[in-house]
Amino acid sequence: MELDVPWTDHYGRTHKTMVGRPVSMHAMRGISAHANGFQTCRAVHLLQILLGTIDAPGGFRYKAPYPRPIPPAIKPTGKSGQVFPNEPLPGPPLGFVTSPDDLLIDEKGTPQRIDKAYSWDAPLAAHGMMHMVITNAAKKDPYGIDVLFMYMANMSWNSAMNVPDTIKYLTMKDETTGDYVIPKIIYSDAYASEMVHYADLILPDTTYLERWDCISLLDRPISEADGPADSIRQPVVAPDRDVRPFQTVLLDLGARLGLPGMTTAEGKPRYPGGYEDYIVNHERAPGIGPLAGYRGVDGTLSGKGAPNPDQLKRYIKNGCHFFHELAPEQKYFKHVNKIYLDFATGFGLIEAPNAIIHQLYCEPLQKFKLAAEGHGAVQPPETHRKRLIEAFDPIPNWYPPFEGKMIDETKFPMHAVTQRPMAMYHAWGSQNQWLRQILGRNWLYIAHQRAASLGIKDGDWVTLTSHHGQIRAQAKLMNGVNPDTVWTWNAIGKRSGTWGLENNAPESKQGFLLNHLISELLPEREGGYRFSNSDPVTGQAAWYDLRVRLEKAADVNGLSAPQFPDLKPVRAAQ
Amino acid sequence: MTMLPETTEKKLGLVIDLDTCVGCQACATSCKEWNAQGYSAPLEDEDPRGKDPHGPWLNRIHGYEVLDEVREDSRIVHFPRSCLHCETPACVIVCPTGASYKRAEDGIVLVNPDTCIGCKLCSWACPYGAREYDVKEGIMRKCTLCVDRIYNENFAEEDRIPACVRACPTSARHYGDLGDPNSDVSKLVKERGGFDLLPEMGYKPTNKYLPPRKRRDQAEEGREALPKSDRSMVDRLFALADSLLSGKAGPH
Repeated sequence: MELDVPWTDHYGRTHKTMVGRPVSMHAMRGISAHANGFQTCRAVHLLQILLGTIDAPGGFRYKAPYPRPIPPAIKPTGKSGQVFPNEPLPGPPLGFVTSPDDLLIDEKGTPQRIDKAYSWDAPLAAHGMMHMVITNAAKKDPYGIDVLFMYMANMSWNSAMNVPDTIKYLTMKDETTGDYVIPKIIYSDAYASEMVHYADLILPDTTYLERWDCISLLDRPISEADGPADSIRQPVVAPDRDVRPFQTVLLDLGARLGLPGMTTAEGKPRYPGGYEDYIVNHERAPGIGPLAGYRGVDGTLSGKGAPNPDQLKRYIKNGCHFFHELAPEQKYFKHVNKIYLDFATGFGLIEAPNAIIHQLYCEPLQKFKLAAEGHGAVQPPETHRKRLIEAFDPIPNWYPPFEGKMIDETKFPMHAVTQRPMAMYHAWGSQNQWLRQILGRNWLYIAHQRAASLGIKDGDWVTLTSHHGQIRAQAKLMNGVNPDTVWTWNAIGKRSGTWGLENNAPESKQGFLLNHLISELLPEREGGYRFSNSDPVTGQAAWYDLRVRLEKAADVNGLSAPQFPDLKPVRAAQ
Repeated sequence: MTMLPETTEKKLGLVIDLDTCVGCQACATSCKEWNAQGYSAPLEDEDPRGKDPHGPWLNRIHGYEVLDEVREDSRIVHFPRSCLHCETPACVIVCPTGASYKRAEDGIVLVNPDTCIGCKLCSWACPYGAREYDVKEGIMRKCTLCVDRIYNENFAEEDRIPACVRACPTSARHYGDLGDPNSDVSKLVKERGGFDLLPEMGYKPTNKYLPPRKRRDQAEEGREALPKSDRSMVDRLFALADSLLSGKAGPH
């Protein structure tokens, strides 16, 4: 396969055609949700590299802002000595570590972040470890906290591993002082989710229809393989209740706290017009802002350019998006395509037009492995050495998922996984009165063959038991599932009294979550330490490592289990 | 009894591809969204936050697991179901007030909400279950083919199609004139072997369904033999590497 398009590589050599390799791979994020997920992803990418399918015609193609330098030059901030009370963090909280020297640990090796990201537990945790925050705060490991502030993360329910203990932690009191162990919780959401009920201060958010947003090249844009693209949302209805857009509230809070990025030299709010003001006027670097289109005072520049006060109007006029189509000679081999790299530098996607070389042998991983083997100044504690040596192989490897390895697989012989129902991708809220008519409760899907061997018929109640907990659910039998795996729809189960639903709603009475079965901590290892149930390289939560035992159960008043006490509907604050 | 037009100038309808429909329900929610706010009356739901939420829908998607017993294999087929705008619809003939009617100009079957008395004879007559009774309004509801979109000159050209077709992310829904043998939809039906639902009932549905394609491992066409070794140095090197890495004896 060949495109009749000449192109120039990073050495300046001109090639008469673009030679393709029609091998595409489709892998969704479930692959990474295992304790060996990072190395599996690396193996898939290594295969793509060896097959020559990276950004080749017919193969996997980059979408802007990618390709980016490997690794990007940003390091996380937050070492001891960098963080002080009542002072802003002097750099970005997330970044890309390349050696043990970059870890956010103190001289004893203690994690500095509450989620233990960038510690020896998860050195390359470039997304943070949201699933560990509440547990760590409650156990004061590595330390206790004053305030827990969260946005649209349903951490007392379907976003949490181990829901029953998470609920306990959110309301746990110190036995000697009688104070809450997590003293203050601030939470922002558009809906009365399960998490709202645990907040001391609720910041009611708007819906997407009531505010400005940008889907930015600085984050996760709408890009196309044929060129960079980004987009906006504009408010189409005015809020009819006392709510404010969360981003605007954040800017307001930042200005009140005097954060330097959000205030002027005189200490006034830098973005008094709220988030829409920020979208247009914030510059991450000179000329580079949240939106790449219609920049410059007259709106004629793309990528880099001074803020344009009419930028949002120009986006609306263009159907709320911006797309820059690359020239044919820029569309492939972008990581080593000179004309593309020059363009990307001018556009502000990369800092310099250097070739981006894929690594078969991953030097940063090897640095951590060597540290675990006893080399270098910064070395892991004894408890961590073995697992680091196993996981930080510079060539992609495979090792058994931890949950499977640390428990008796004969007692828990099956896997249990979830997927999000497609209908819920059209709206945030599965409690929506139309969506809940389509799917108002979930079932546990079991292969006919396995069900027959366990005496389970369609519609029977079953228990599912993990090393951590047990649930009761109603079975549906099917053929299109591996007999060693059961599955269900994610986040359909709701807690009674939430989401504006009545207490007898099927979401709470028959619906259920697998989250109750998944522990956020692995069983104790040598030395008594309990590691997070995560990938040891990236800290990605290992949701899909869950092992279970399936048994037939009695019908208990047609109810799923566990059932939690009804929550009282949230009332507007006076 | 309500009379049918002898012929219609056009046969506007849908072609629904059962091969590419993934059951995402975007067509159903878009249909509900559009039709809850425009033509006729809102499609109101009962018990919307309680134990048994239900209401009228003009389009529903059912998912089936189809078992191939010979192959001991199964596939999921999603089946979107709405009014088929039949050429000789029984639902119109049985209407005692003339509220249900078939338009002579384009073949769309509609209900006039002002003259519908909610007797439900039409929903008994329709073998496709395409009509749903609106308890709150006391009238019958059905797909209008978005008659208030397709001729709406306030809309951009690309939006003058039914809401369900506009919303479908996999382009599994197609809209056009099935009375014109040269229309895109007619060509698609011919090319893909489109079929009628329950043709034996004799109502001559306008809407057509495209069957799921054969699975790739069952299809004869497009199957290519693996390339044979040309015994070149490179080829032998790869064969050696393959045999070493896979732990199997190589072919050479």
